[in-house]
Amino acid sequence: MGKIVLKSVCKSFGPVDVIPSIDLTIENGEFVVFVGPSGCGKSTLLRLIAGLEDTTSGTIDIDGKDATALPPAKRGLAMVFQSYALYPHMTVRNNIQFPLKMAGMDLAEQTRRADAAAKVLNLTSYMERKPGQLSGGQRQRVAIGRAIVREPAAFLFDEPLSNLDAALRVNMRQEITELHQSLKTTMIYVTHDQVEAMTMADKIVVLNAGNIEQVGSPLQLYNHPANTFVAGFIGSPKMNLITGPEAEKLGATTIGVRPEHLDVVSVGGWAGVVGLSEHLGSDTFLKVTTEAVGTINVRAGGEVMLRHGDSVRLQPQVGKVHRFGPDGLAI
Amino acid sequence: MARNVTPRRKLLFTVAAWFVALLIFFPVLWTILTSFKTEASAVASPPEFLGADWTLVNYADIWARSDYPRFFLNSVIISVGSTLLGLLIAIPAAWSMAFVPGKRTKDLLMWMLSTKMMPSAAVLIPMYLIFQKTGLFDSRTGLVLALMLMNLPVIVWMLYTYFKEIPGEILEAARMDGASLRNEIIYVLTPMAIPGIASTMLLNIILAWNEAFWTITLTTVNAAPLSSFIASYSAPQGLFYAKLSAASVMAIAPILILGWFSQKQLVRGLTFGAVK
Repeated sequence: MGKIVLKSVCKSFGPVDVIPSIDLTIENGEFVVFVGPSGCGKSTLLRLIAGLEDTTSGTIDIDGKDATALPPAKRGLAMVFQSYALYPHMTVRNNIQFPLKMAGMDLAEQTRRADAAAKVLNLTSYMERKPGQLSGGQRQRVAIGRAIVREPAAFLFDEPLSNLDAALRVNMRQEITELHQSLKTTMIYVTHDQVEAMTMADKIVVLNAGNIEQVGSPLQLYNHPANTFVAGFIGSPKMNLITGPEAEKLGATTIGVRPEHLDVVSVGGWAGVVGLSEHLGSDTFLKVTTEAVGTINVRAGGEVMLRHGDSVRLQPQVGKVHRFGPDGLAI
Repeated sequence: MARNVTPRRKLLFTVAAWFVALLIFFPVLWTILTSFKTEASAVASPPEFLGADWTLVNYADIWARSDYPRFFLNSVIISVGSTLLGLLIAIPAAWSMAFVPGKRTKDLLMWMLSTKMMPSAAVLIPMYLIFQKTGLFDSRTGLVLALMLMNLPVIVWMLYTYFKEIPGEILEAARMDGASLRNEIIYVLTPMAIPGIASTMLLNIILAWNEAFWTITLTTVNAAPLSSFIASYSAPQGLFYAKLSAASVMAIAPILILGWFSQKQLVRGLTFGAVK
């Protein structure tokens, strides 16, 4: 079980309200991603759930019990840290068994569980090594191993992949997702990388300045962003947010068009000149300066033979224009 | 970028380094040489160097006349005892200062260090009286306490510096893994800080071993360590340089040997964290 309910949770450091007030329910077995720019309070929120920080006010319930005042070890949660936080003086085996040893489990059971975890994570042949003798990806797997042996109510991940190189990050991302599918345990994952959020999450919580901007499935957030912040944050490349007469024509203060929802047309649309073109083979990214709406990003599928200085016309696809009011909220 | 070192420059630096090293080592060397001379040869003017009469008689005399093993044992008990007791108090203190610092932690550290700047003579009378009244005078327990208090600021400072190098996330991980504060210190913090703790220990044993002011002032017979042993040879009936030197060599030899064998550890500990 791993249902976590936050009720009016506040956190202040001195006079600074890092998290003014948050209400959030995380269902059992869900993969929830907290995403937002640096300093938005996502890591603090995770640490509050973990018990590594005390709440200023509000309550945190884990599986129906008030855990607000419980120390980290008593909450039944396991955490994987950004820096892996392995014990450098212990072997991989001792690292993985450490939580079991602290729980006073007998050695045979400790060994059995550690071996089982090592098998799942392909660590069997590294069990007698020290963390210093492992690669970044292997270290991360040891950290995950240390978390899964405890069979926790929920896993907390604090930007676990940010120290890995790009290729390894994709692999580990998939491994964590597969792990979630096989364990079916609640996972809370903090990242600033919206691609990680989109690919892994059942539910994304977008945070900004300590407040929840929107909660929803990846595609809900992509298709129906609640406000300009979410619109600009979710999706890569970023959504084009356009203000001025073109927005007013549609009865909005701001309109948003995703780069992939702009077609290159021969007549009509917004006329402009290509400033930058990036050819990736699968996609072509264009930066186009237009008179009507300023500089906008375009993502065209496949190879589009447009170069710097070429004239183009861009047309937003029907039904793909997002409208936002003066308060930034979606209309 | 490598600096261009010509062979001539290198030679110059080597000679200069040896000169400085010899200059520092010379008093010790002279003491060692004098300890093997006869009393007459020791005070000869101009000083005799290679042509002196070499003898072991000073060592034989001292061994016969005084109870060296007792002084030695006292020195060991006092220096090791005060260091271990100091560590027992300083590890939790440094832990809290490094990992749960308060607003005034820095001030507290500075204040602790400032007590080391106070001249010992300033507290001589109160210390003497306290020791007399409490029956700690001339006792090993008394000296262990006095030297522990004397060196505590240094121990706390050194450990604090080492602990600061240990990433807080590792201790948080231990907390998440269910470690109590005690287990966190025993299984995670202490093993990780072993190089630092070892060099702190060694340095403090050396400091306590070499301490002379308090050990001479607060002891007479029972608890007198090797510093008193040396002092006892500068007798009012006249200075016996050769014997005094032999006594000094016997007093410093154990710590010199300890220092020699642990120098790698000491240097590693003292430069711990200097390079990430």
